[in-house]
Amino acid sequence: MAEAKGSGNGLTGNGWVGVVPVTFAGALFAWFAQFLPAVSAGEVLRWSMPWIPSQGVEIAFLVDGLSLTFALLISGIGTLVLLYSNTYLAGHHHYARFALFLTAFMVSMLGLVLADDLILLFVFWELTTFTSYLLIGFGHEAEKSRRNALQALFVTGAGGLAFLAGLILLGFAGGTTSISGIIAQGDAIKEHALYLPIFVTLLAGAFTKSAQVPFHFWLPNAMAAPTPVSAFLHSATMVKAGVYFLARLHPSLSGTDVWFAVLTILGAITMLLASFLALRQTDLKQALAYTTLMALGALVLFLGMETGYAMTAFATFLIVHSLYKASLFLIVGCIDKATGTREAEYLGGLARLMPFTAAFAALAAMSMAGFPPFIGFIGKELKYYGALAVAEEPVLVAGAVLIANALMLAVAGVVSFRPFWTKPANPAPKQAKEAPWQMLAGPAILATLGAIFGLFPDLLEDGLVGATVVSLTGDAREVKELKLWAGINMPLILSIATFILGIILYVFHRQARTALDRFFSVTPDFDARWDGFLEGLKALAGWQTLLIQNGKLTTYLFATFAVIAGGIFAAFAARGLPELNLTFADLGWKKASLAALMVAGCVLTAITSSRIAAIASLGVVGIAVALVFIVFSAPDVAITQLLVETLVVVLVAVVMLRLPLLPPARFRAAHAALSVAVGAAVTLVMLAVLASPLDRRLTDYFEVTSWPEAYGRNIVNVILVDFRALDTFGEIAVVVIAALSAYALLRTTKGISR
Amino acid sequence: MKSVILRAGTRYLAGLLLIFSVYMLLRGHNEPGGGFIGGLVGATGFVIYVIASGAEEARKALRVQPQNIAMVGLGIALFAGLFAAPFGDALFTGQWLFIGATEDDKGFPLSTVLVFDIGVYMVVFGSVLALVLAMEEEI
Repeated sequence: MAEAKGSGNGLTGNGWVGVVPVTFAGALFAWFAQFLPAVSAGEVLRWSMPWIPSQGVEIAFLVDGLSLTFALLISGIGTLVLLYSNTYLAGHHHYARFALFLTAFMVSMLGLVLADDLILLFVFWELTTFTSYLLIGFGHEAEKSRRNALQALFVTGAGGLAFLAGLILLGFAGGTTSISGIIAQGDAIKEHALYLPIFVTLLAGAFTKSAQVPFHFWLPNAMAAPTPVSAFLHSATMVKAGVYFLARLHPSLSGTDVWFAVLTILGAITMLLASFLALRQTDLKQALAYTTLMALGALVLFLGMETGYAMTAFATFLIVHSLYKASLFLIVGCIDKATGTREAEYLGGLARLMPFTAAFAALAAMSMAGFPPFIGFIGKELKYYGALAVAEEPVLVAGAVLIANALMLAVAGVVSFRPFWTKPANPAPKQAKEAPWQMLAGPAILATLGAIFGLFPDLLEDGLVGATVVSLTGDAREVKELKLWAGINMPLILSIATFILGIILYVFHRQARTALDRFFSVTPDFDARWDGFLEGLKALAGWQTLLIQNGKLTTYLFATFAVIAGGIFAAFAARGLPELNLTFADLGWKKASLAALMVAGCVLTAITSSRIAAIASLGVVGIAVALVFIVFSAPDVAITQLLVETLVVVLVAVVMLRLPLLPPARFRAAHAALSVAVGAAVTLVMLAVLASPLDRRLTDYFEVTSWPEAYGRNIVNVILVDFRALDTFGEIAVVVIAALSAYALLRTTKGISR
Repeated sequence: MKSVILRAGTRYLAGLLLIFSVYMLLRGHNEPGGGFIGGLVGATGFVIYVIASGAEEARKALRVQPQNIAMVGLGIALFAGLFAAPFGDALFTGQWLFIGATEDDKGFPLSTVLVFDIGVYMVVFGSVLALVLAMEEEI
């Protein structure tokens, strides 16, 4: 039904639920676009309002070249993706939910890239994690969807925890949580003693989010999401959050040996591994997913360096990649919708049936492959400039980039040449027809932009790329020229080598795939390792739960009281015993007999073998305590104690008398010893408290003000209901919650125990 | 525990305890007592009834679910606290009204403090009974 509605009449099938998000995203894009002239001219715009003034935390937003580039990509691609989804998922029974998730994700992502405060940034960072979890698991009926969504949540969530620790350390080291404030301090962070911990924890966050080796396995699995989500999350946004953050703090953190080594090496490994894995895929969407990994690896690689060429390459490739990747993802969605499959082996000859899709696919793929005159070509040239400008091992880095680029070209061929222009090996499940305009708008605009920017690279150089490089380096002279023809030089030679190698790889991609399959079948499979890790974690949790939660009440109580006694004794051991003032001179017959009553009750509780006798003698102790309160004229406390004691005896009797009988009770030495220890510990605490003089200030205050201000003579009650009413309210709320929880627990076990 | 004497006795004892509990609640501001103690006394009265006549009888006599009593009590206490807001005071500041006050006599006092204490009473009463009844029925 969704099919008929979606592609039949060419109109959207979700009503206002579909239109509103598109309009909203478009308005956001327009709003951000108006900052373009100012930011291109080098302005930095900032808004802030206090949030947690005592900690100096602000709700602050910053618009500079870097954040505006991201904001425009996010809102622009977001608009097109929402427009596309409205047709792609036309008539879906949960479309409203989908649109909400996607819009919420977009807004979180915008907040992330605009935030100028570490804490605010973290809030948005986690919001993107949650919303992307919801989006990946959107098709929650499928087991695989749920599993992959959870995997993404676990990996990025765990990274988020490390990230939070890093942000706190960074705020501590910089003395402020303002990001621009930290960057303004120049090299201070790099020389700080905490630099290494900050670097490691922040990197853990950024690398999990941006799926760098060794956390790369979750990203291809996240393709369980509907295709527009993949286009959005995995091209322009979520996965680039980590890259964004590294770029944001590049001025403060980069330039050290460890930064250079880790980012360059792991970035290069991710880039190469992902390129090989991409060529191996037969599912078009999976192939694109791996090329995203490759792009992220390349971006991280360039962030490892500091040269103007590397920064310009970073800024350009960031835009290039978002444009072609989003359009190719959307095109794969069109193919999937039209033919019912994404398997390369079943696709071919679609150019005749879907001419527009084929044309836009060709445009996007040319940019991806790096052919002139597309912006992808300039991006590729700049990558070679950047790689060759590396201080150490430029040949290795340039070689890695060359191999990755050649593989990209081959993958571009597999994804957008083969399905359209060759004969299929097997027939597709459905007869294809052209996609409706809403689904073509995105690829059309994005792919055309790739060509326009290629022909007029000054648009970018003077605009977003230039401004981004200035954000990264703080120096307008570091902006390198973007041009199609720079004469015959090393990058051009490398480009030509890329074309030759890439075309060879494309022609022989089937053979290459077989070889890669053989290779990857012997290398470790991270995804399977992840499952193993989870199983191990569950087994560990089960083992320790059985150990600690063994279901025996006596064990729990024993442990609780042992900890109490141990803790108190440890405190005394550390701070020394108080001066004890033990005189029994004023111990009259009343107090003496009450003490004797308590001791007798305790001893009887410990040695009796009858339960009812034990409960009753415990009650005796409690009532003796109540009598003590009366002797010391505290009637309120005495009454409360008496009533609580009565109810406790009743409750304990209700429970205890009906529990299964234990084997004949013997004298339990360990329990008795523990009781004595707890008693001794509490006694020591009481004596220590009494040893210091009583501070009567509060008592005096209440005595004086109770009647004139609160019109009550019973100070205890006046404190409860007036002076400290908020505390009392909290307490009674706890009472209700405890009662309800206990009630619920008793109710739920009812069916099980019977 | 089906003792005829106990059952007959508790009918009166429980009633007495309930009346006494209200007395404890109302005198609480000036004499020993208050919502907490009152609630405990009232609950004790019903607990005796539970022991003598069983949970089912007690529920019938109570008519309302005890946990609902507790929840309503919490709501009343919150209301009493929020009542300070329209008068521009901090939350949980007691508001007083003295009916028929003259120069010498401050009249009959009414206050949100008492309302708050009634909330406390209901919370304690309802929570204890919810627990006792659930345990009695469960085990």
